[in-house]
Amino acid sequence: MAAPSIQVEQAPSVQYVLRLADTALILGQRLGEWCGHAPVLEEDIALANIALDLIGQSRALLTRAGQLEGKDHDEDQLAFLREERDYRNATIVELPNGPSRPGDFAFTVLRNAMMATWFRLLWERLRESSDAELAAIAGKAVKEARYHQQHSSDWVVRLGDGTDESARRLRAALDALWRYGAELFDSDAVDVAAAANGLGPRWADLREPWLAEMRELFDEAKLAMPADSAFRSTGKTGVHSEHMGYILADLQFLQRAYPGGAW
Amino acid sequence: MSELKSNPMRGQPADEAADEWPLWEVFVRSRSGLDHKHCGSLHAADAPMAIQLARDVYTRRQEGSSVWVVRSDQIVASDPADKDMYFDPMEDKVYRHPTFYQLPKEVDHM
Repeated sequence: MAAPSIQVEQAPSVQYVLRLADTALILGQRLGEWCGHAPVLEEDIALANIALDLIGQSRALLTRAGQLEGKDHDEDQLAFLREERDYRNATIVELPNGPSRPGDFAFTVLRNAMMATWFRLLWERLRESSDAELAAIAGKAVKEARYHQQHSSDWVVRLGDGTDESARRLRAALDALWRYGAELFDSDAVDVAAAANGLGPRWADLREPWLAEMRELFDEAKLAMPADSAFRSTGKTGVHSEHMGYILADLQFLQRAYPGGAW
Repeated sequence: MSELKSNPMRGQPADEAADEWPLWEVFVRSRSGLDHKHCGSLHAADAPMAIQLARDVYTRRQEGSSVWVVRSDQIVASDPADKDMYFDPMEDKVYRHPTFYQLPKEVDHM
């Protein structure tokens, strides 16, 4: 018998933590797709390491979200048994690993650089969270994010300041990705509430420092800074792109088909 | 070198080898106070990439607190053909081992 979905109580604090947890989870899942397919063996391991760091962060966050919700949902139930609309990740992480073909390395390293910079800025502030558990998770995760940022930013510079072909692919990746970054810096009732009770920063507060770091990176990578986008993706409110269902099918299949399965 | 290049067992045409990232040897120190130990090699385009990939490939299970990398072609090695001449003469010179002394008990781990 297939495992039924769980319903999640969407109090603002739960949603705030779920947004982070799901953003890490889905990016980790996407990066996991590189396993065995990266351009060189060494980078294959590097990408898998980043994916595992993200999934580790997500596990800790999902556990905390379950505790805040107070309905005894554990990390596995939250990761595997929710309906699509109850996932709160930003849309940018659910996009396939390339706009026109999967396995686009430029797209992958650019998204990683954008996301790692965002996560690092967020973790730095979450170390001061009024929630001691979240602050502790941030203390560990910030070190991981720092490395993710260094590794992926190095690749962005190598490709942007590399050959004509690598620069062209990086520009194409930026064209496809940039407008999805905007969602990471819009505030709504959820993060305004989190900022008010000290749980964590408003996402809008990360915008200026993030843009400054992106500008520095793009300068070095000889990329032109794109204009602001009017487009807004809506993954963090539960309204996802057409790609989300396919990821969830991959992610959830085992727990749905074999409830409670473990090894 | 010409002999190596023509050896079919190398399995790699010379022009393809030129496209490959250079090889680096990796040395990892497991804890402060211990020395760096050779643990393997990897391909990387330059030194910063080699350090990062060494970290990713060779310290995933908490093996390291410090990493060194060095271009493999910068290592000068003894010729295997010289092995007999270089190392066999030491076989019968046990008196070079400091095993004929009584060490004071306080001197551990010599």
